[in-house]
Amino acid sequence: MLATGSSDPRLREEAWSALVHAYWKPVYKYVRVVWKAEEDDARDLTQGFFTLALEAGFLHDYDPARARSRTYRRLRLQRWLSNEPKAAQRQKRGGGYRTVDLDFAGAEREIAAAGHTSGIDADEFFRRETIRALISSAVDELRRQCAASGKTAQFAVFERYDLHGGETERPTYRVVADELGLPVTQVTNYLAWARRELRRIVLDQLFAMTGTDAEFRAEALELFGVEP
Amino acid sequence: MTWIDDDAVRHLRAVIDQPDLSDTRYVLLDTLGRGGMGTVYLARDTALDREVALKVLSLPDPDDGLARRMRAEASILARLEHPGIVPVHDAGRLPDGRVFYVMKRVRGRRLDQLDTAAMSIADLVRLARRICDPIAFAHAHRIIHRDLKPANVMIGDFGEVLVLDWGVAKVSREAQQEVERGSMGEGTPPAGQTVAGDAIGTPGWMAPEQRAGGAADADERTDVYGIAAILFFLLCGGPPPDSDDAIRGALEQRGPPLHRRLRAIVGKGLSADAAGRYASITDLASDLDRFLDGEPVAAHRDTPLERAVAWLAKYRTAVILVLTYIVLRVIFILATAD
Repeated sequence: MLATGSSDPRLREEAWSALVHAYWKPVYKYVRVVWKAEEDDARDLTQGFFTLALEAGFLHDYDPARARSRTYRRLRLQRWLSNEPKAAQRQKRGGGYRTVDLDFAGAEREIAAAGHTSGIDADEFFRRETIRALISSAVDELRRQCAASGKTAQFAVFERYDLHGGETERPTYRVVADELGLPVTQVTNYLAWARRELRRIVLDQLFAMTGTDAEFRAEALELFGVEP
Repeated sequence: MTWIDDDAVRHLRAVIDQPDLSDTRYVLLDTLGRGGMGTVYLARDTALDREVALKVLSLPDPDDGLARRMRAEASILARLEHPGIVPVHDAGRLPDGRVFYVMKRVRGRRLDQLDTAAMSIADLVRLARRICDPIAFAHAHRIIHRDLKPANVMIGDFGEVLVLDWGVAKVSREAQQEVERGSMGEGTPPAGQTVAGDAIGTPGWMAPEQRAGGAADADERTDVYGIAAILFFLLCGGPPPDSDDAIRGALEQRGPPLHRRLRAIVGKGLSADAAGRYASITDLASDLDRFLDGEPVAAHRDTPLERAVAWLAKYRTAVILVLTYIVLRVIFILATAD
């Protein structure tokens, strides 16, 4: 996040792209679900938020010693949303903002699938969606790398076991092994490999988005199970 | 982007941080706790068929600084063979690249989890006194713990007192050279340097010089403060306040009241000015021993009345016997005077 304020235009652009890629969905969902904006307004507000993050640099004054970066981002977003309607009235929808091609329809499907109800804790919602976005992005990258390197069996095991949703009970290693025609030991090995790779990808993505070791560690510490 | 529901996210967060123990002799059983830089897991050593505690670096480590620190901690523990310090069995890197070390699994309770309500003042002082031994042993090897607090002291099931978490210990140049002559050289910190980075210690338990950022200047008196802080916790139930006056006030207001000598010992150990503290752990331990034996302590100059009362209390039986003898003798003399 600090890197979005870098004096090096290339580094700043890369940090911004990584930031948008990782956080646009939590921001959009927050605007839609917590802020209760209409779909079109939420798209503009999301694009506007990240445009200002780059142009006005309002995310790079983050101080890891003073707050969690997620909390900082959410408060920045909250402040932006509180002030934005005045500016929005002066602009045509979509005008004045740098637009990025984002899958808003996919985000809408996820909002519908999650079935959010009223009485949501704003900070907890943002935290949960931020972590989900990071992990989802890393899973996509793992899938891409597995396909490129011919490790589709490894990803299949990982997908069947670790990405299993909560609607039914997680299958046993034996069930996964039988389904995929593998020995159980192979399932164990493939899972260990996939988790190791996923951890590496998540950390690489976090590293790309953070400006200091302190920020990087704080983000990772929170991601890997230290509950707020 | 792949949609992952809450259950799968929770599961992934848990499993992707678990150490990859494939190709090792260890099998993961449970998580025992998380520290500042590492997570401690319960594992089974399949070669020896026993449970062990396995500490793994859990934070990302782009510059390898934390890995150096953890290897240094393992080296320190391996070097300090003392009944009050948990022995290390193994150390290395996991297939996922993270540094780990394996230590004895200690069953017991941390001092901050101990129910001290039913313990006498003397028992609490004895407990603090026993922490002095492993720390004095470390100091003899020119190693300063620097993070002494109740959560870093374990009372084992057999009553043994163990000092844990040497991850921010300071190693002197001489100790460093000795370690390098041994077999653990790879993991030791650079000569003459502190093991850790800038943030040394735990807020609430740091000595004033640590709070002021002078971690590299920490010496034996920093650990004197740490043990005195633990004794304060045992007596008063919380970390010591920041100023000498507030510490004195808290000790005086404690109920049931504490002996002046004990208040003086704690006050001296917690002196904001390191020069006002005991010069060594041995000095602190000696004063605690003297207090437990009912003798005058170095931290407090007794008044003549206090000395007399203490003397009478110490030799109470002998004094009673002598007085009884004198009274009987007088009665005998008076009775036989006729």
